[in-house]
Amino acid sequence: MSTHSTEPYRPVFTGETRDRLEALGTKYPTRQALLLPALWAIQEERGWVSPEAITEVAEFLQVTPAYVRGVVTFYTMYHTHPVGRHFIQVCTTSPCNICGAEGVVEAFLEHTGCLDLGATSPDGRFTVIEVECLGACAFVTPVLINDDFIESVTAESVPALLARYP
Amino acid sequence: MGYPHPIHPKETPLLSEYFGDVAARSYDGWVARGGYVALKQALAMTPEAIVDVVKASGLRGRGGAGFPTGLKWSFMPKDDGKPHYLCCNADESEPGTFKDREILRWTPHALIEGCAIAALAIRAETTYVFIRGEYTEPCTIFEAAVREAYAAGVIGENAMGSGKRIDVVVHRGAGAYICGEETALMNAIEGKRGNPRIKPPFPAVSGLFGQPTTINNVETLAAVPPIIVKGGAWYAGLSLSSPKSTGTKLISVCGHVQRPGTYEITMGLPMQELIFDLCGGMRPGRTLKAVIPGGSSVPIMTPEEVAACATDYEGIAAQGSLLGSGGMIVMDDTTDMVYQIMRLARFYAHESCAQCTNCREGTAWTTRILERILRGQGKMADLDLLLSLADNMTGKTICVLSDSCATPVVSGIAKFRGEFEAYITGARAPAMAEV
Ligand SMILES: Cc1cc2nc3c(=O)[nH]c(=O)nc-3n(C[C@H](O)[C@H](O)[C@H](O)COP(=O)(O)O)c2cc1C
Ligand code: SF4
Ligand code: FES
Repeated sequence: MSTHSTEPYRPVFTGETRDRLEALGTKYPTRQALLLPALWAIQEERGWVSPEAITEVAEFLQVTPAYVRGVVTFYTMYHTHPVGRHFIQVCTTSPCNICGAEGVVEAFLEHTGCLDLGATSPDGRFTVIEVECLGACAFVTPVLINDDFIESVTAESVPALLARYP
Repeated sequence: MGYPHPIHPKETPLLSEYFGDVAARSYDGWVARGGYVALKQALAMTPEAIVDVVKASGLRGRGGAGFPTGLKWSFMPKDDGKPHYLCCNADESEPGTFKDREILRWTPHALIEGCAIAALAIRAETTYVFIRGEYTEPCTIFEAAVREAYAAGVIGENAMGSGKRIDVVVHRGAGAYICGEETALMNAIEGKRGNPRIKPPFPAVSGLFGQPTTINNVETLAAVPPIIVKGGAWYAGLSLSSPKSTGTKLISVCGHVQRPGTYEITMGLPMQELIFDLCGGMRPGRTLKAVIPGGSSVPIMTPEEVAACATDYEGIAAQGSLLGSGGMIVMDDTTDMVYQIMRLARFYAHESCAQCTNCREGTAWTTRILERILRGQGKMADLDLLLSLADNMTGKTICVLSDSCATPVVSGIAKFRGEFEAYITGARAPAMAEV
């Protein structure tokens, strides 16, 4: 995948997506409050928030692209670059760290073929990152794969888990 | 209950009774378990009467600061003609804390009911429930429950036929611990960067969208329905040690215990019983080394302090730490305290919103010095440097994230100084590779 596509940008806020956001807008006194929901809609549809998508969001909410970019880069869950088909987040904060999370990260890197944290595997299938506390510290190691929250992952269970994400 | 474990006889399962019970998630299931009786009752009460019951209960905020809930509600203006808002804080990102998650995913209607009653008490029509972005499954379950509650007419433009409007709106976060800070959370809802705001003005005067706002934690709000039904005096009677700490508290216990999970205790239960009876103590052959009792932001406790400690606001304060969010991290004798304190400092450095120089620079610098010590490249003077940095990070910034980074460093050096020195003198092999 490359950051620059030769194809023209296809807007996300059309049809049902637009209707859903407009309906949500009635629940807030300002239009700007739709910014996080709008960015989620973009990411769900396209997998990441591209510069063209930032412009679309800015026009939709009547704010500047620079403003939107400032917000996008504040929140760690929005991707400003394309990522692998399956995005894997492994908790390594202290409570998980003392119970073996580092071994789980190593297992993910080894079995996905990702050369480093944050890098996408050569086949485009996976990106693995370490994240701070996922709020499930009794279930070491909790892992998010895309939107699937998976508890109690061990280094040994990683290969079978990955097989579920072709 | 000590989810995912069965209820222990020493627990008081008030909020956690139905954790693990899938049928309790649905509207019908919740009503069959006594749900929405409290809201019906509250709809017939004046806002002042609701506030009085909650004041009498002694309920204090479960999000970390322990501020009396009824008193906080009473700060909201009356007859000001402005829209009022309630924010429910479901950001739960403090390391060691995972109790609100169980409420969201097992008893979502308890939270909806609590939000609705609190909204009535502060004269708000809309509650925004801010759920951290990583809580995908809890968020899906909670949103489904909100839709059901609307469909059943318990909330909406004519809640339970009362003629009163109660809206509950889920707002999903997108990764940022700092959004758990109350004013950062409001900015996140408003579509801004999650930077904490300078106070005053306080939220009750000018909060979300510049209007009078109250913000409460998930567990605080979920405790409100039983208080309305059974009364303030009944709740205040749930107390084993200090009369200032009432009711039950969810304690999420993680780390080196045999049964990590979310336990519900009556305030004041001895910490020793919580760790060794309810959680099953340490793994075979291991001994307790340290406990961080209230989420990663509070001082580290030694086993001696734990043995003398009642688990409530006053009891933990008497041992030099804080109940905080009730996220308890237990560490046994295999734990490298220096390494773990570095991990915590790294967490705060990563999560600093970077507005305040002392926090931005201090959290990063603290992390780098700790890493240097772990590489075997530290100097004895580094310990004083860490302490003077900590001093510069405490009480000098817009919010207390900066203080939270200093806390484990200061208590760690005070209580485990020998471990730092061992790395510095070379008595202990480096735990991190040289760069
Ligand atoms: C950096 C920081 C992070 C916080 N994170 C949370 C959180 O995740 N959940 C929460 O309920 N309170 C959190 N708080 C506390 C809130 O600011 C606020 O005090 C609380 O939500 C009030 O609710 P309560 O009175 O019911 O406890 C945080 C505070 C700070 C300074
Ligand atoms: S103390 Fe840190 S997190 Fe808090 S406002 Fe200042 S820079 Fe941001
Ligand atoms: S530290 Fe890993 S989920 Fe909390």
